[in-house]
Amino acid sequence: MIAKAIDKINAEQVAKADAGKTAPEFKVGDNVKVFVKIKEGDKERVQAFAGTVIARDNKNGNSATFTVRRISFGVGVEKVFPVHSPYIDRVEVERSAKVRRAKLYYLRKLTGKKARLREA
Amino acid sequence: MEGLIGRKVGMTQVFDDQGRRIAVTVIEAGPCPVVQVKVPETDGYSAAQLGFDEQKPSRLSKAQVKHFEKAGVKPCKVTKEFALDEGEAVKAGDAVTVGMFDGVKYVDVSGITKGRGFAGVVRRYGMAGGPMTHGGHSKRRIGSIGARDLPGWVEKGKRMPGHMGNVNRKGRNLTVVQVRGEDNLLLVAGSVPGPKGGVVIIRKALKK
Repeated sequence: MIAKAIDKINAEQVAKADAGKTAPEFKVGDNVKVFVKIKEGDKERVQAFAGTVIARDNKNGNSATFTVRRISFGVGVEKVFPVHSPYIDRVEVERSAKVRRAKLYYLRKLTGKKARLREA
Repeated sequence: MEGLIGRKVGMTQVFDDQGRRIAVTVIEAGPCPVVQVKVPETDGYSAAQLGFDEQKPSRLSKAQVKHFEKAGVKPCKVTKEFALDEGEAVKAGDAVTVGMFDGVKYVDVSGITKGRGFAGVVRRYGMAGGPMTHGGHSKRRIGSIGARDLPGWVEKGKRMPGHMGNVNRKGRNLTVVQVRGEDNLLLVAGSVPGPKGGVVIIRKALKK
């Protein structure tokens, strides 16, 4: 009973978030565009955040997140998104890269040409 | 009914209607049978005694077994009295379910905290302790416990090392996130005292 109840709630949350969504598989190293729903007053619009996926945490659980990094006006910006957030409209993969690590935190220390990833 | 008896199941997260993640504690609340109804004529006050968690009759005294038999309910491990709402009428044998929290926004949840054993003052009260390096000899010690001649004794209630945890504590004004009638589950924002599987008392918030 104890663990089952929590599993049920988690599965429900995941199912609700993914309902009607074509969730594309994306991996660490992919260049993605994350479309996030933003509420302004009573209007809702979609804003995109493009960048490289440098980490995926907690794999498939209800609390799974992924981190997207981009260089914006010369400043590194990272955003962590919950995979199953109802506020993520969709994720588009623009480019995949061959990476040898699960977490690309080393990109934080690199800039310019050194921060490139090899295309898959 | 004022409240309900439940069991802490564990924690997880859910998204609210604004897309924010909320850490919630899942509580298996009830269904609790009414074991006894206290009335002003015989008891001097009115309340309902609820039971929770089935118990083998062989583990109870004969008096206890009869007490449950009288109400026509299965023997319970835990019993607790709750005040009745104004004009509410219950009778022994009725079952109270989580449904009673439908529309309730805030609850108080009390339980017995995890026991930490004999704990030092850094863990127990969050005191700073002394320096770990530079030749510090009072690393996790309490430091001074008072002055010398004036007052010449240690103040009463001075915080010192000792037993920590395993006491009844209450989390007040916790937001009710979800009431799941079919699973007998209650989702409450934030943490709740006690270990997983620990018995908790859920009451409608007193101060909200």
